[in-house]
Formats: sequence, C-alpha cells, structure tokens
Amino acid sequence: MKELLEGSMAVAEIVKLCKPGVISAYPITPQTHIVEELAQIVADGELNAQFVNVESEHSAASVVLGAVAAGVRAYTATSSQGLFYMAEVLYNIAGMRLPVIMTTAARAISAPINIWNDHQDVVSLRDSGWIQLHAEDIQEAVDLHLIAYKLGEDRSIMLPVMVCMDGFILTHGVETVNMPTQEEVDKFLPTYNPPYKLDVTNPMTLGPLVDPEYYMEARFALNETLKEALVLIPKINADFAKAFGRNYNGLIEGYQLKDAERVIVAMGSVCGTIKEVVDELRKKGKKVGLLKITSLRPFPAAHIYEALKNIPKVAVIDRALSLGSFAPLSAEIKAVFFGKLKQPKAISSFVVGLGGRDITKDSIKEIFRLMTGKEKQGEFIDLKPELLKESYE
Amino acid sequence: MFGPLICKPGASRNNKTGPWRTESRPKFLKKNCIACNMCLIVCPEACISGVGKNNYDFDPDYCKGCGNCAAICPKQDIEMVKEEGA
Repeated sequence: MKELLEGSMAVAEIVKLCKPGVISAYPITPQTHIVEELAQIVADGELNAQFVNVESEHSAASVVLGAVAAGVRAYTATSSQGLFYMAEVLYNIAGMRLPVIMTTAARAISAPINIWNDHQDVVSLRDSGWIQLHAEDIQEAVDLHLIAYKLGEDRSIMLPVMVCMDGFILTHGVETVNMPTQEEVDKFLPTYNPPYKLDVTNPMTLGPLVDPEYYMEARFALNETLKEALVLIPKINADFAKAFGRNYNGLIEGYQLKDAERVIVAMGSVCGTIKEVVDELRKKGKKVGLLKITSLRPFPAAHIYEALKNIPKVAVIDRALSLGSFAPLSAEIKAVFFGKLKQPKAISSFVVGLGGRDITKDSIKEIFRLMTGKEKQGEFIDLKPELLKESYE
Repeated sequence: MFGPLICKPGASRNNKTGPWRTESRPKFLKKNCIACNMCLIVCPEACISGVGKNNYDFDPDYCKGCGNCAAICPKQDIEMVKEEGA
C-alpha cells in the first residue's frame, strides 16, 4: 500500500513487519525517530517484541548480540558517535557470525561536533565484517531492510547487515512509500532458524579465546563469506523483484552508462540528485552517467570493472575522508583497475558534502565540468577558502 | 564458509596441556604431609587433588611445573624434580 511517510517511520514500519523479538537502541540524532516509533509500536502491542532500554550504544549492541546468539531475530539502529561507541561490539557480532540487522543514519563525526549527513561514520566501519548496504531513497531503505534480514540470516552467510541511510535527508525526508503487507513479508522472509544458538540443553561457547593455531582460519572464513555474499545478494534481489516488483541489482546500479563518456560513482541519497543532473545534461546531448554503489561491503570489484571498463572518464564522489590518504571510495575504485587491460583514461576523486553541506545540482554539474580536464585528486567541491588560514595568531 | 566458531563444553579438560610443562615437575614425598590443603589451593591449574594426610598428588596431564605447591608446603613435603627425559 502506498503511504506518505517520513523515512524513519517507514523504516520502523518495515522493521515491525520483519517481527524482531528483541529491539535495543540508544537515541542519537538523526536515528532517534526510528527507535522512538518502534518503542511506541511495541508499547501499543502492535509488535510482540521486547524493547530493551539501555544506557549506551555499547550496551544496545551487546543486547542484540546476546539476543541473536540466543536464536532470536533482533534489531538496533544508531548513528555517528553512537556507531563508534558500538564499534568494539560490532566487530564481535561479525566475528561470532550473528545476523544482527542495524540501520545507520549516516552522519558526520566530531570534532567539530556536527549532526548532519555525510558518510564518515559508516565508511569508517567498513572493515568490521558487516555487510554494508547504502540506500538512495526511502523506498530503497525500506526494501533493503527486508533484503538485509533474508541475506544476513541465510545459513550460508550468517553475517550482520548494516543498512545505511543518509541522516536527515532520508531519515527525516518524506516520500511516498510502497509498504508491503504482513502476508507479503511473511512469504518472503522465513522465520529465523539459526544453525547454532545458545541453548541450555546443548551448551556451547560462542566467541571463545582462540590461540594463533585457530585465529587466521576464523578470519579467512569471515572474509570468504563476505565474498560469497556477492553471489547471494543479486539472487535475493531477484527474488525480491519477483515478489514486490521493485528491481534492484543489490550490488551496483548503472544509470545511463551505455554510451557514457563521463560517469560519476557515488553512494547514498546524492545519487538521486546526480540522476536529475544526468537527465538534464543528456537532454543537452552530453554523454554522462552514474554508477551507484549499493553494496560497499562486500565490495563488488568485478561488477564495477565490467560497468566502467569502457568509460573514458570516471569521477568518484566521496562523502568521507581517510585523513592523510586518498579519499576512501576513490582509492577502492582505482584499485579495481590497477594493472587491468581496460581502464578509464582518468579516475578523478572529489570530496563533497561533508557535515551536511548541501550537494546541489550545481555541485554535480561542476564535477561533470571538471572531469573534462585533467585527472583530479581528492578535490573538495563547494569549499569556502575564506574560512581557512595558515596560522591562528 | 565457517572457521573455528564454537566451543563445546569441556574443552579445557579435553585439551591435555601437560606437555607445556617446564623442565621440572613436583614430587609429592608423602612423609610429613598434614593435609593443610595449601598446595591444592595455590595450584593455578587446579590439578592437585587428595584427601587426608600423605595422600595428595598432581595430575601430569595439566601440571605446568610452576612450583607453587613446593614453595607453599609448610612441611617441605613437596620437591621439584627434573622432568624425566628432559
């Protein structure tokens, strides 16, 4: 049924339909509306779940770790500093192979403190072993949660999934959302039936100490499973398309790539803006396009290679930094092509929209314009040089 | 793919760690023992057992040869001896 919903309400609604048994979260802007609404849903008796109030994100992550270890479907959500406070537990959740599903309202990192959207929080957690899916709009955010539960809980995968949606832009934006019915969700998503769980009649230890004789194999298997997810994600997306009629590839999405000469690579809500600019420039006869990365982890290197190998000029948009090095997504896109026979003539790198600075259509047009020149390396767009000075005296 | 992930109960009993022992092991002389239980209490491997005087001994499957039992014994009734074959 089509409804006009705020992004956070839409996510709360789809989480309700996925029937988690335990929800635990600590409020942080811009994630708060999601868990506030879920607390209300549980209090109203619309969802038979335990909502565990906690004193911190570290505890929230620990609660859902324990819940999933005990064989219960669980949900949490956070953002920015909260995600970092969870970080220690998040690596454990992945290492213990527990399919926790979490929404991350992507937000900037302190200092200076800033509550607005960029990708520094989620991108910093890219090595945690979590599958990381990035939503472009509210509908996709909703659908990715359903896909995330089915993917993470697959017995061959058993990994946590982070659904990243841009803070405020998607969490507080209002869109028409096609919400599936409970029957449709139940048909698509089987009940959680894990191959291992904490059980007094069959005692076991999850996450034990392992010495150097065992550790590498545990990490090797984790890494291999993320690669195996590269095969499963498109399959689950195909099932999803059959059931709900909305077709995502799940790994990447090409937009007007066929004869494109200049292509921007990006993640998240900015892709909507880029698509509009692509349409405008196409009308003027400019051969431009977009490659959207939905799955940052696992990183679909082979798919990206196929999509971009014949594109003359590529620009990667980063909304995060790897301070003191190359912008993170751009470095990975360049790694895809290193030593390959076919590759773009130039792969430029641009940093935009940190800490919620608006990425306007003009910002995107400026990037397309700059791409006609020499290859750019980590160039900031919409920077205000008048705020910068060499010394503080 | 799954690597080492789960431990079933009893792992520390099943994994015999005696071969990690230093080159010495305790020898319970069983002459002047007063059954004070001190050796049993200080053993970090909890591998000493016994009831009554001159009846205590250690389990070589888990003993690491630390010598705490010999050091604490008020009757000097435990001595550390060179490991056989060492």
